[in-house]
Amino acid sequence: MDFGILQQYGPMLLRGFGNTVLCWALGTIFAMALGLLIALVQRYAARWVRWIIQAYIEIIRGTPFLVQLFVLYYGGPLIGLRLDAVPAGLLGLTIYGSPYFAEIFRSGFRAVPVGQIEAARAIGMAELTIVRRILLPLGLVSALPALVNFSIILTKETVILSIITVPELMYQVQRMSTETFRYLEANLVLALFFWALVETISRLGRRLERRITRHLLTERT
Amino acid sequence: MFSIPVFLQAFEPLIWAARYTLLISGLGIALGLVIGTLICAARLSPYAALRGFAAVWVSFLRGVPLLVQLLVFYYTLPVIGIDVPAIVAAVVTVGICASAYISEIWRGAIAALPKGQAEAAAAIGMAPHHIWGRVILPQAVTMSLPALINELILLVKASSLVSVVGILEITRASQAQAATTFRPLEVYIAAACIYLAINLCLSALGRYLEHRTAI
Repeated sequence: MDFGILQQYGPMLLRGFGNTVLCWALGTIFAMALGLLIALVQRYAARWVRWIIQAYIEIIRGTPFLVQLFVLYYGGPLIGLRLDAVPAGLLGLTIYGSPYFAEIFRSGFRAVPVGQIEAARAIGMAELTIVRRILLPLGLVSALPALVNFSIILTKETVILSIITVPELMYQVQRMSTETFRYLEANLVLALFFWALVETISRLGRRLERRITRHLLTERT
Repeated sequence: MFSIPVFLQAFEPLIWAARYTLLISGLGIALGLVIGTLICAARLSPYAALRGFAAVWVSFLRGVPLLVQLLVFYYTLPVIGIDVPAIVAAVVTVGICASAYISEIWRGAIAALPKGQAEAAAAIGMAPHHIWGRVILPQAVTMSLPALINELILLVKASSLVSVVGILEITRASQAQAATTFRPLEVYIAAACIYLAINLCLSALGRYLEHRTAI
């Protein structure tokens, strides 16, 4: 075992980590935005639109992320969609994450008491105002734990981007290990690193959750 | 443009390769059930050391991406002198990873059972192994069936990652097919269709079980 090489490859790994964080943050934000849009459209749109969206959700949730990336990155050029690795990875994360986020938002909206919305309608609020003032604030708070949870799951999915040559952490680690033949150390350190990262953000996430929901659930431990 | 004949031709080799996808996810869940049950037992045991071990096991395997786990396992085995075919390494990694999730599914199901069940069983004088074997476990297993089917669906999708260690399952076969035909779009969409078909069947099974076992 020799962990000295990590020092030499430090800057490269750091750049990779930067890309990982960037892909994760942007991918999560885009996927969440698209998911929210899907959940809202699904709530209000005509039935045939809802069917199309439901089909989209089933297709994306029923296929592996890796295969979706391959379709996008290698298949895309055949229908004129030429993307570099990083944009393709970001678009892939957005598409992959959106149906999961949509379902989370949908169940968050379902948790909003119907009486609240009826009361808002009774006092003559416009439908859009109801969404903005009642549905979103209440629905988002009850969706929060699941949102945090899925965002954490997405950090782990970012390593799959290395397979379509997005230069994130995993990709740099693979490059380092093919140059130095230190496959075991490199992957072991990567594993420990991810463990620490996921544990840290899930702890932060739980703290955030408690802070935002503290006025809601007093019986929660 | 999208070519229908190429798309249809891609199915034959991919369906052939789907055996490996099914084999890896099937054996993976079986192994995961065995190890996951042990880990769950350790997690609920009265010994702090066992509980600690199980907690670290679950936290590590759920915190590290499966792709990284696969590579760690794949490269560790030769170093410690174990020489097994890639497919064995893949099944074991998938199974170990699944064990962490399955132990949490068991734990959740056991925790969800009303306390009164075990108390009532104890009150009428059942021995602890009977309380577990006749009251708690049958109900917990029934309750967690839909969650286990869900885990199997996740494994079918996760098995696409074992393509990186060279196992010719659906994803790897579609890569090879795409390289020889130069038609990645049709081939990868065909691969996606096969995964979708498998998972739609599984989720229908899950809904059926959920319906049948609703308490």
